[in-house]
Amino acid sequence: MFSAGSFHPLHLRPRSWNSRLMSTNPTNGGEALVRALECEGVEVMFGLPGGAILPVYDPIIDSSIRHVLVRHEQGAGHMAEGYAHATGKPGVCMVTSGPAATNVVTPLADAMLDSVPMVCITGQVPLAAIGTDAFQECDTTGITMAVTKHNFLVTDPQDIPRIIHEAFHIATTGRPGPVLVDIPKDIVDPVNPRSAMTWYEPDSVPMELPGYHPQTDGDPALIQEAAELIAHAERPVLYVGGGILKARAAEPLLELAELLAIPVVTTLMARGAFPDSHELCLGMPGMHGNYTAVTAMQRADLLVSLGARFDDRVTGRLDGFAPDAKIIHVDIDPAELGKVRQYNVGIQGDCKVVIEGLVDITKKLGPGAQADRSAWRSTVSGWQEKFPLTYEQSLPGDKLKPQFVMEQLRDGNPDDTILCSGVGQHQMHASQFWRFDHPYTWINSGGLGTMGFSIPAAIGAKAGMPDRRVWAVDGDGNFQMTAQELVTATVEDIPIKVALFNNSYLGMVRQWQEMFYDERFSEVHLSDHVPDYVKWAESMGAVGIRVESPEEVAPAIAKANEINDRSVVIEFVTDARENVFPMVPAGATNSDVVVDPSQQHLLDGTGGDS
Amino acid sequence: MNVSPASPRWHTLVATVENKPGVLARVAGLFSRRGFNIHSLAVAPTNDERFSRITFTVDIEGTPLDQVVKQLDKLINVVDITELNPAHSVERELMLITVETGESRKELMEIVDDYRAYVLSDGDDSMMMSWSARPARLDELEERLRPFGIVELQRTGRVALPSLDD
Ligand SMILES: Cc1ncc(C[n+]2csc(CCOP(=O)(O)OP(=O)(O)O)c2C)c(N)n1
Ligand SMILES: [Mg+2]
Repeated sequence: MFSAGSFHPLHLRPRSWNSRLMSTNPTNGGEALVRALECEGVEVMFGLPGGAILPVYDPIIDSSIRHVLVRHEQGAGHMAEGYAHATGKPGVCMVTSGPAATNVVTPLADAMLDSVPMVCITGQVPLAAIGTDAFQECDTTGITMAVTKHNFLVTDPQDIPRIIHEAFHIATTGRPGPVLVDIPKDIVDPVNPRSAMTWYEPDSVPMELPGYHPQTDGDPALIQEAAELIAHAERPVLYVGGGILKARAAEPLLELAELLAIPVVTTLMARGAFPDSHELCLGMPGMHGNYTAVTAMQRADLLVSLGARFDDRVTGRLDGFAPDAKIIHVDIDPAELGKVRQYNVGIQGDCKVVIEGLVDITKKLGPGAQADRSAWRSTVSGWQEKFPLTYEQSLPGDKLKPQFVMEQLRDGNPDDTILCSGVGQHQMHASQFWRFDHPYTWINSGGLGTMGFSIPAAIGAKAGMPDRRVWAVDGDGNFQMTAQELVTATVEDIPIKVALFNNSYLGMVRQWQEMFYDERFSEVHLSDHVPDYVKWAESMGAVGIRVESPEEVAPAIAKANEINDRSVVIEFVTDARENVFPMVPAGATNSDVVVDPSQQHLLDGTGGDS
Repeated sequence: MNVSPASPRWHTLVATVENKPGVLARVAGLFSRRGFNIHSLAVAPTNDERFSRITFTVDIEGTPLDQVVKQLDKLINVVDITELNPAHSVERELMLITVETGESRKELMEIVDDYRAYVLSDGDDSMMMSWSARPARLDELEERLRPFGIVELQRTGRVALPSLDD
């Protein structure tokens, strides 16, 4: 598939590259750190060296770990996230102290809100210099306390293997999340006697985590109660969130949904957890969800929330959200239960375990135990027929419709393509118009909404899944935040494809100003002339293609898909007037969802109340 | 202004945490980032040196309290956290207080005897004493001493344990 001979997927790297380090045991903190990462199964890491972390970069030369040199530390963090999203394995990034540590704060916060397993190693000034305002010193553990699941400041090289093991354990178990390990220079620098340590395997000593015991098994009595509540529900909806993907529970979810014939909504973080092409799939709920998903939740008599967290972007105004629904809430994180919406049955546990339990009990109850839901199903399919996602095609001479481009992109790619997205209108259009039929094919920044996420995340995903096709959907505003990582993609031979939706605007903000600020556009116009994205792409070693008319769209996508030895950027020049619909205006309840202007008349009278 | 910590809107939380650097900052951070104030706080190692016990009183109720307790429990360094029911727990607080003696040394000594406080340091025109009791009783003594002129006052914040009858 790859024509470039220089590309070495990680697993093809000869193990012998590692010979020096493998043959002798580490004797100092720096070697121990790298060896500990190898012991944790790390195959690839993303980073950029500097003063405080220098001693760790020396043993990297001899390590089996592939290090991807980024152009900005934010990129390293998002690459680690993209890698984790795509592979299910923890993403690893390593950066130096001070400004490099502050540069990874955004990806850490992103990983925190989207529960992405990630381990971030930061260099720190020598122990004796901590607290003296030394060069490139910052209080990294203090700064990142609120944006990590946990962080460590290591003060003794002897602790390194154990703490690295603890970091991976915390990042990957329970509700996954980012863990930061801050490492002072003197304890990893072989020229400093303080770095001396006696090696041991990271998992050969007990972890020292007396306060960490994530609970995964759901309470069987509660699972029984939940199954019975479901059986009696006449208008149930399975409300599925990103936790399903974290729990690797897509299969049991499919079994449960089919067994009960209950419609499923998949949140922005869960797109692909249940196949879009399945007749029970209603698609994405929430602020830009489709009418049926939003309205089915609103009219439900029972919401079965599986690894979802009643985010405000899903619920709209809370006091009007799903007013008649009882709630079953399943989450591995007990702090989610009852946080936003009171539940009738709250189950702390791993979604996979709990869903398997629900399947068992439902089978025992037998089909006769289930309430008659035929009326509900026909109501729901009535909405689907009446309110499909739609948009007006462009007139000759108009700029491209972003929805049209997204459909062409979908139709021009296999369904196992990994799609990464930035944040804005293009993200919503991607979630709406792509067809997600497989888990782990959609990677985006849902919780934090981090512009600039998509390109580095796509590189991380491609590094982890070199045989898969990876497309990044991006906006022009987003692109200008992290595009430089395409240089990384070129130099490191990690080719990705970018569909750049250039509407010359911070489109999503423009939409809000149009709808809620009387079309008073403030600081949202980027530029109609600069930058020249084709030249920019080419200067970074990628192929640049500009597409302006509808008939060029599919051929350009096909051309991009033929190029596998380098990255491709297609700039689609799109219509800035195009907005994302449906939309629940901020502050409104989900009953007040605004559909595409062409469907709005259908809501009056019948549609809204059927 | 002087709301008694005994009034029902105050809640006492007791956490067992790892006795490590930074743990207090993590705990305090969960309150400050929500704009909650910690009214009183006492921290010291338990009989097992690896752990400390933190007792704090907070002016939060209902869902926010429930939420902050769950978030605290999620902290990796927090081993255990419970809210103490005032009806089933014992609370104590220590106060050091320096009061002007002036012309009224005799009346002052009567109060000291009355409350069984200790005189720790006796100067020419002021006296320092210590007393430990239920926080509400400390409030009471504080009010009795106020008319003499309080020079300095330091309370430790309450510590609490569940009582043994339940
Ligand atoms: C780092 C960051 N800054 C600001 C925002 C607020 N914001 C959300 S969407 C958006 C516009 C994005 O513009 P563009 O990349 O062109 O995408 P479009 O909406 O036009 O598709 C902005 C500014 C954000 N989400 N992230
Ligand atoms: Mg734009």
